This record gives sequence, C-alpha cells and structure tokens, in this order.
Amino acid sequence: MGATEVVTKKPTISPLEATLRVAWKRAKQVGTQIYHSRNAMAGLIILLFFASLAIAAPWLAPYRPTQPVADATCSTLQVPATYLQPPCPAHPLGTNYFSNDIYSQVIWGTQISFIVGIASAVVATVVGTAVGLISGYVGGWIDEVLMRFNDVILSIPWLVLMIVVAAKVGVVDLTGLILVIGLTGWSVTARVIRSQVLSIKERMFVERAKMLGAPSSRILVRHIFPNAFPLIFANTILTVAVSILSESVLAFLGLRPPETVSWGRIIAEAIDNAAVLYNAWWLIVPGLCIVFLVFGFYLFGYALDEILNPRLRRR
Amino acid sequence: MEVEDLSIEYTTQAGTVRAVQGVSFEVGEGEALGLAGESGCGKTTTALAIMRLLPYNGKILRGEIRFNGRNLVKLSERSIQRVRWADISIIFQGAMNSLNPVRNIGYQIAEPIILHEKVEEPVAMKRVGELLELVGINRERIRDYPHEFSGGMRQRVMIAMALACNPKLVIADEPVTALDVMIQAQILELLERLRRDLHLSMILISHDLSVMAETCDKVAIMYGGKMMELGKTVDVFTDAKHPYTQGLVAAFPDIRGQRTMPASIPGDVPSLINPPTGCVFHPRCKFAFDRCTAAEPALAEVTPGRQAACFLYPQVSEVMQRAVTTAAP
Repeated sequence: MGATEVVTKKPTISPLEATLRVAWKRAKQVGTQIYHSRNAMAGLIILLFFASLAIAAPWLAPYRPTQPVADATCSTLQVPATYLQPPCPAHPLGTNYFSNDIYSQVIWGTQISFIVGIASAVVATVVGTAVGLISGYVGGWIDEVLMRFNDVILSIPWLVLMIVVAAKVGVVDLTGLILVIGLTGWSVTARVIRSQVLSIKERMFVERAKMLGAPSSRILVRHIFPNAFPLIFANTILTVAVSILSESVLAFLGLRPPETVSWGRIIAEAIDNAAVLYNAWWLIVPGLCIVFLVFGFYLFGYALDEILNPRLRRR
Repeated sequence: MEVEDLSIEYTTQAGTVRAVQGVSFEVGEGEALGLAGESGCGKTTTALAIMRLLPYNGKILRGEIRFNGRNLVKLSERSIQRVRWADISIIFQGAMNSLNPVRNIGYQIAEPIILHEKVEEPVAMKRVGELLELVGINRERIRDYPHEFSGGMRQRVMIAMALACNPKLVIADEPVTALDVMIQAQILELLERLRRDLHLSMILISHDLSVMAETCDKVAIMYGGKMMELGKTVDVFTDAKHPYTQGLVAAFPDIRGQRTMPASIPGDVPSLINPPTGCVFHPRCKFAFDRCTAAEPALAEVTPGRQAACFLYPQVSEVMQRAVTTAAP
C-alpha cells in the first residue's frame, strides 16, 4: 500500500487517452501472442500473401479477366493460336479456351474470394449472433420459435439449401451472392452463440449485474456479448473459410454473377472443356488457391480463438 | 435498521420451505451485527430479503424491515431500486465468480455508480480510483482484469463495489470464506477500518464464529430459520445461554486447552420443509424436555441485553399461534 501514494501524484490523463493507451497495449499483447504462435503466423502469412494479391491485382495482372490476349507466342498448336497456350513466360499459367490469360484471372479471382468470403461471413455472423444472443438470453417461447426454425434450416443440408435459394432468387450480382451465402449460413453460428450465452448467463456476475439493477439490454450488451466475443470473432473467421468455399461451389455449379470471374468459375470452365485430360494448367492453380486460402483462414481462426478467448489465454 | 418478525418461504417442488421464521433484530448506526449459524439456517435469505433480492420462488410472508423510517417490505420495485446500493449494499459471496472475466475491474466497480447516479463513465471512473485506494488497491490497476488479481484482492474489489454509492449499511455475505487465514485477517481488518472511518452499519454473515468475534458488536445466532440467541458478542461467546450456542462455542478448539477432538453437536440440520414440532433445536438438544417438543419458545430477554429462545429460562414464553396471514410480496 506504500506505493499507492507515490502513484497518485502522476499527472492525470484524459479518459480518451487512457482508453487509447489501453487499446494499444492490448493490441501489442495480442500481436506478440500471434507472433509466437506458429499456427497463427502460418495462417497470417498465407492470408497476407493472398490479400496482397487481391490489393495489387490491377498492377499484377496484365489483362482484365475477360479480356482475350492478342499474342500466340506460347502456342504449341500446329497453327499458332491465342487459345489454350501452355504456361510460358508471357502467360505464366497459360491461356484458356476463350483466350483469357489464366494468371490474370486467378489474380482477379482473389479479390472476389475475399470480398464474397468476408462480406457473407459478416452477414452470417450479424444474423447468427443476434439470433443466438436473443434466443439464449431471453429464452421462453421466443427461444423455442427461433430454435425450431433453426432446426428446420439445419436439417436441410446446407449446400442443397444454398443451391436452391441461389437458383430460386437468381444470382445477378455480387450483393445478391453475398446475401444468399450469408443468409443461408448463420444457423450454426446462432447455435454456437446460443449455447455459449446459456452458460454465460448462469454465471455469478450476470446475477450480480441484475442485482445492481442493470436492465436486460445492458447485461446483454455489456456483460454477455463481451464474454461471447472471442467465440464470435473466431467463428466469423471460420465462417469466412466456409463462405469462400460456398462461393466456389456456387460458381462451379453456374450459380454466379455473369460478369465476375472467380476461382470456382475458372475451374468450372476448365472442367467444361475437358481440361483435366489435356490442359491441367487451367485448373490446378485456381484449385490450390481455394485450398490454401481456406486453409489459411482456418489456421488463423483457430489460433486467434486460442489467443482471444480469456479462458484459453495463458496468463 | 430494524427487522421485525420477518418470515420467508420458498416454494419448491418438494414443498414449501420455511426458510426464515419470525426473525427480529436491529442494527444501529455504525454498528456491526453478526449473523451466525450453520449452512441453510436462513442467514443469506435474511440478507437477500433486506435487499429485496429474493429469488422468484421466495416470498416474504410477514414482518417488517424498517430502514430510516421506511418499511422496505412494502416499497415498490422502483423505490427499492433507489434504496439498493445507494443506502444498502451487499458484498457478494464468492468474489471469484461475481466478477466478469472480460471487463476490467474499474468498469465493474463503476457500474453501480453509472446505473444508480446516472453519471457518465469518466465521472464514475474518477470515484473508482478513490474507492480502489480506500480498499488498498493501487489506483493504477483500475484497468486490470479480474484474473490478474489474487483472491484477497478480488475480495477487496467486491468491497469497493459495495461502497461505490456511499451506502449507510453494508451486508457482507461470507466475505472471507474461501480465503486463507492471513488474507482473512487483512480483509476483516479492512472492513473494520472502513466501518469506523465511513460510519457504516454492517451485517456480517458467516458460519465462522471467530470472524464474528473479531469484528462484530452484536451477534445473532440462527438455527433452522429461527433466532436462537442475540446479544453482545463478548457476552454471547463467553457465557452462551442457549444450548445451541453453547454447542457452537464448544465446537471451537481451544489453543491453550488439552489436545482433544472438538466437541460437535450430534444430529443434522432439520428439514425446513417439514420442521420438527416445538423448538426446532430439540431433536439435537441434550437439555430437551417435554415442553420443547410441544411448544415453540419465543425470543425473550434472559439477562440484561441478552435474548435467547429456550425454555430452560423461566422468562421465555411460548410463541403465540398466529393466524396464517399473507403479507404483500
């Protein structure tokens, strides 16, 4: 207690400054922990690699995704042609049947994957979290209605549901695609959040907040949400992985906006043109891209859960 | 504050639990009262009733809780909300679980201030700094999280939280249970100092008589939801009148005495769903006689300043059978 008097003489700082300092301190802590976690770093490196591809796409990609190339420098056909050129320095991944530079398509496709993946995950998380929080905290018939509805959605295989919805409403642009993936993908999130809320709301500090006279909205926002937040955040990142996969599946099946070239679409076009047998370069790299990006999100998501979750956190 | 003839029931699937029956006591300004007794004897229920925080199945049947001339039992939920924390606050049982692990302690101590005085967070935070120093925690630690504190420190945080709105009466429900003896002593010393400096009235709930002996002016011994004995702490412990109190005091080992097993009171705590007839303690009482099984003793003054509910004393009369009345919840 002797130190107390000394400390109080420090000049007082404004609350905003104090908050910023704490946030910065906390960010540094999380940063250090990410740095020391092998999984998190591996995931982060993969994500940063793809993110830089997505951001630098206009400079990295020599062609627009649907723009035919003019040269036939790499063609191995008897009559040189602009289409189906194998990989060579001018076209690192070759060209496809429509004379598009596949390397450029893959680079631009990274953007689509990120945009669709993150945006639909955010939609799914917002809806799922809202449903989970209300269902878990309020309980009673509201919980009953929401969860039975959720059961119905969960009992339909997710892929089938998404395909049916996408086919029914028709995917005409990216926003439509994002909404279809997001609004069909919140069920699991809602379940996970609800179960977490059920356990959190029985804890003593919630009881204490009630005794203090805090209204339900405050308890939900100030006490339960922050406790569930690490789970929500990690869940979002994992949902991004699933969403990227969903986008690829839909694109592969032809449920895609007409103007966008995504990895799933590249693979679909390759398969349609029997590339597996004769022009494997057309689909190997986009396929690997999907696998690695999804893998990166999973690695980072799980590692972040370990770091952010206060109960898994090391002291 | 005065509590008079307080009776509380819980409705459970197994039946109605008469948790507290006809309990009366008073706590003067700056005075500390100890509520002692075994687990399940109604100590915590009494405390929760004073705060009007009984669980949904608990009901105050009759009795009055008077505080500054107002009967808390009759107050509306809105009015009691203003009394809670501002006038009467509680130090919760189990400091480990009563703190939210993901909010810093400053925020949590500020919460009652923000909720009850409708002030902005920065204003409340300023007070929190003072409160932390009051309970002997470095002001710098205001933004630390509960897991960064030891058990004793967390208990100090809970005490700071109870003092947040400058209450006049603090109820400490098992404040030192689950702490080691050294820390217990520190916390008790802190409570004692705060009581003196802030002129607090205090109700200390514990099953540990040594805790009472150190801090309380008066003790009330409860058993089976009823008050057994009430008097000055020193008197009660040195010259217990009620056989139950005598048993409790005897159960404490004497460090200067012979090395013997501490005496225990044979038998179990009675079921409050189906309590024994007459005196609740008679099945375990070695002095029990006919009258104890037939009638219920009322609390009466047996020597000046001392009240006990036992037929061994001629002053003690039988409890009047009251017509069953239902007070407002």
